[in-house]
Amino acid sequence: MPVEDWRPGASLHALRARAITLADVRRYFADAGVMEVETPLACSTAGTDPGLQPLRASYAGPVFPNGRALYLQTSPEFGMKRLLAAGTGAIYQICKAFRNAEAGRLHNPEFSMLEWYRPGFDLAEMMQEVGTIARLALDLPELEAVYESYAGLFQSVLGIDIFDSSAEELQAQAVRHLVLGAEGMDLDRDGWLDLLMSHLIQPQLGQDRLCFVTDYPASQAALARLNPDGRTAARFELFFSGVELANGYHELVEPDEQAQRFEADNCQRRGRGLPPIKVDRLLLGAMQHGLPDCSGVAVGLDRLLMLRLGESDIDRVLSFSLQRC
Amino acid sequence: MATYSTNEFRGGLKLLLDGDPCTIIENEFVKPGKGQAFNRVKIRNLKTGRVLEKTFRSGESVEAADVIDRDLQYLYGDGEFWHFMDNDSFEQYQADETAMGDAVKWVKEQDNCMVVLWNGAPIAVEAPNFVTLEITETDPGLKGDTSGGGGKPATLETGAVVRVPLFIQSGEKIKVDTRTGAYVSRVKDG
Repeated sequence: MPVEDWRPGASLHALRARAITLADVRRYFADAGVMEVETPLACSTAGTDPGLQPLRASYAGPVFPNGRALYLQTSPEFGMKRLLAAGTGAIYQICKAFRNAEAGRLHNPEFSMLEWYRPGFDLAEMMQEVGTIARLALDLPELEAVYESYAGLFQSVLGIDIFDSSAEELQAQAVRHLVLGAEGMDLDRDGWLDLLMSHLIQPQLGQDRLCFVTDYPASQAALARLNPDGRTAARFELFFSGVELANGYHELVEPDEQAQRFEADNCQRRGRGLPPIKVDRLLLGAMQHGLPDCSGVAVGLDRLLMLRLGESDIDRVLSFSLQRC
Repeated sequence: MATYSTNEFRGGLKLLLDGDPCTIIENEFVKPGKGQAFNRVKIRNLKTGRVLEKTFRSGESVEAADVIDRDLQYLYGDGEFWHFMDNDSFEQYQADETAMGDAVKWVKEQDNCMVVLWNGAPIAVEAPNFVTLEITETDPGLKGDTSGGGGKPATLETGAVVRVPLFIQSGEKIKVDTRTGAYVSRVKDG
């Protein structure tokens, strides 16, 4: 092995910029009266989202002499919601999140996430605050923000009415817009929306400004409540320079609907040949007790740092990425 | 049938796409935070040289192309085929005009070339970056003229025509950069 391999992927300058960003974010939340919390990263359950694969670990020893299977969390969401139900009020966490099968220029299976919850905030207020954090972390205090609905973008960029398009019609659009490979691909409706979004729309989002994409289709609600129109969800994402930076919800608080979504996710997982994930009864218990009306958001800190420093590979802002650890 | 999963994608990997052998130039992992993952790949078709971008659903498998690069010695041409030999195994290969491509203009007997073999047959031949060739014909220039500018066409023993300085004469050997087709220097017979 070459001796140089021990060195970090990030320059000392990038390591310092990370430290400054973390300190700035913590100062902001301290001033705003949002409490910092920690929740376990290795848990007996995990999110069921079919698009996210948790890494696995195992414990054996006192308390669990026969061993206990653990999932490294894809986000700290469930733990933080249990804290909210216990009455913490506004909270934030800076932690590592883990996602199996994700590595590339914008992905590392272990990455830094900033997640926070604001009881009483609607999505407009939440996006305001996400904009403030993004400007702080990007060190671009004057950055403007624009708001575009998911369906509106498909209409204006591709001329597609997403509510009136079948999977086959979306596939035909991908082929018409010269996405080579689309002609032979087998995807469901949301898969085609993901392909069109990631290939044809996302690259042009947030050029020189923050771009919030709002009102995701109900089929992509994840853990957001549905809007009164029934076909969109109270979910937004933030893009800057074509890079996805944040994902936020006006949180679903209804335990029965949450239980149904868990089941639907696991059904989809089985359909895709993925192992189902044990439903988190503790989260459902917390929701039955009562989750306050709140909005929450998760922000990718490494990507913010990449954009702050003008780097195009996440390896350049991490001390030791997957290939180095 | 050998296959590669998208997880194995990296620069240089050889795939069979629509019946043609291709090589990966660049592989990008694309995935919305929640949602379907894709591999967006820049690919060169090894038969046509064309570069295109193609998307695969992550986790998909793609047929591998049996493509290898070999250093082979050019032996001779018979008018239809150009014959090469592997100096280790003494195995011989014949390349057609399509496979030869631009290399036709530069290679002469005994030269070593990088040859791309697909299922054991040459599909592309790359001339050495620099070749030494004799000038068979060029206008007599003015002796002593070394003032760079201008130059004149000269025909080489392989039939290729390159621009050379005015002082270069028929019968002389010159060094040529095959990637640009540019004259590099005069070569004195050792």
